[in-house]
Amino acid sequence: MPDEVIDCRGQRCPLPVIAAARRLPQVPVGTVVRVLADDPAAAVDIPAWCRMRGQEFLGSVNGPEGPAYDVRRQH
Amino acid sequence: MSASPVYLDAATAAPMHPVARQALLAAFDDGWADPGKLYTQARRARQLLDAAREATALTLGVRADEVSFTPSGTTAAHGAVLGGLSGRHRVGSTLVHSAIEHSAVLHAAERHVATGGTVTGVPVDRLGRLDLTAWSAAVRAPGVALAALITASHEVGTVQPVAEAAAACAEVGVPLYVDAAQSVGRVPVPAGWSVLTASAHKWGGPPGVGVLAVRKGTRWESPWPADEREGGRTPGVVNLPAVVAAAASLRAAAADAAAEATRLAPLVDRIRARVAAEVPDVEVVGDPVLRLPHLVTFSCLYVDGEALLHALDRRGFAVSSGSSCTSSTLRPSHVLEAMGVLSHGNVRVSLHRETTEADVERFLTELPGIVADLRAEAGVVGL
Ligand SMILES: Cc1ncc(COP(=O)(O)O)c(C=O)c1O
Repeated sequence: MPDEVIDCRGQRCPLPVIAAARRLPQVPVGTVVRVLADDPAAAVDIPAWCRMRGQEFLGSVNGPEGPAYDVRRQH
Repeated sequence: MSASPVYLDAATAAPMHPVARQALLAAFDDGWADPGKLYTQARRARQLLDAAREATALTLGVRADEVSFTPSGTTAAHGAVLGGLSGRHRVGSTLVHSAIEHSAVLHAAERHVATGGTVTGVPVDRLGRLDLTAWSAAVRAPGVALAALITASHEVGTVQPVAEAAAACAEVGVPLYVDAAQSVGRVPVPAGWSVLTASAHKWGGPPGVGVLAVRKGTRWESPWPADEREGGRTPGVVNLPAVVAAAASLRAAAADAAAEATRLAPLVDRIRARVAAEVPDVEVVGDPVLRLPHLVTFSCLYVDGEALLHALDRRGFAVSSGSSCTSSTLRPSHVLEAMGVLSHGNVRVSLHRETTEADVERFLTELPGIVADLRAEAGVVGL
């Protein structure tokens, strides 16, 4: 389960990625942040951002709130 | 202040080759009659069409009667896919294709599925190169009627292992269709294919001319209502002046192709190196070595692709993008998606025979500032 959720539904890329990039440095290392994002580009760009930034992409889930992407702060 | 224009979108449409312009104008005087009729004007038109076909066949290394001219690269691709499937429907109804085909091929595949057929998509790696192991397994499966592979990616430039893919198809007797739109007139296309398509406005010919080549012995059946023109492979009268211009410019482009590749490939290398070094947080995508000589793609983190295209346009640079905000469907490019690379802030630069070193330098000089300004406006600096 994520430790916190940021709601980026209705936002177009790159906004969900920017929101994740803003939030992650503010949470303790090890924290899992879930990004809710219905822009289809998020499915590509959130994992790509994690790879570029050395953060951990845990996977995506498609729940009642729509597509969601879990990211763990690594450093 | 409006900067002098620098056109860097040859992969969409290359500026018309001077030879194409001359041939087009001459053919307007000489080639307007219907080549199918039995009077003097028609015979002249027929001669022009035959000569265009001979010249195109020669460049492609095929027989003239294997070549048809279509109204676009898209219709050629539709015909190639649907005709290839139709010709082998007794064998099976599966289409194998790479995950990075052009939308023309993918839309034909959707039509095939809508009429009860099946498709198998084959993945690519992070550099956009076909997974040959998965490809070989896919074509080997029972019931495969046709396999489709783009010769080189129109979005990221990665050249595909066509010879190896063709060998895998040959082993199991599956015909291979290659979409060679980005290769013909620029780089050699390996042998081993049964059906090939190309598009004249990619090599400096006029828009609205496609080429469909079907090798002798291929079980291919026209998917269109019957029409005897163009070997029965594509219906309707050809746009003869445009076809004449397409053939003339293909001959000229093919003659210069090796020299042009030698000139442009280092410019692309320079763009790859300088963008990576001088624009922070950028991902230069595609294979750095096994690639087309004239095309390079990169994605800028946190930058909106549409805003980037507009900012570049204001400074006189014409480029393309695979970012979702620049597409009518608002979906990111399926090619970038299949590669698993950043899709926003994406720019595709493609060079042509009129591109100068000075053009590339000006682009490289201005790009870092343009990206930095957009990031400052969006408040994402230092993220
Ligand atoms: C690889 C590829 N295939 C097919 C096409 C379609 O060609 P046309 O623009 O002539 O319809 C294009 C051009 O967009 C292309 O790049």
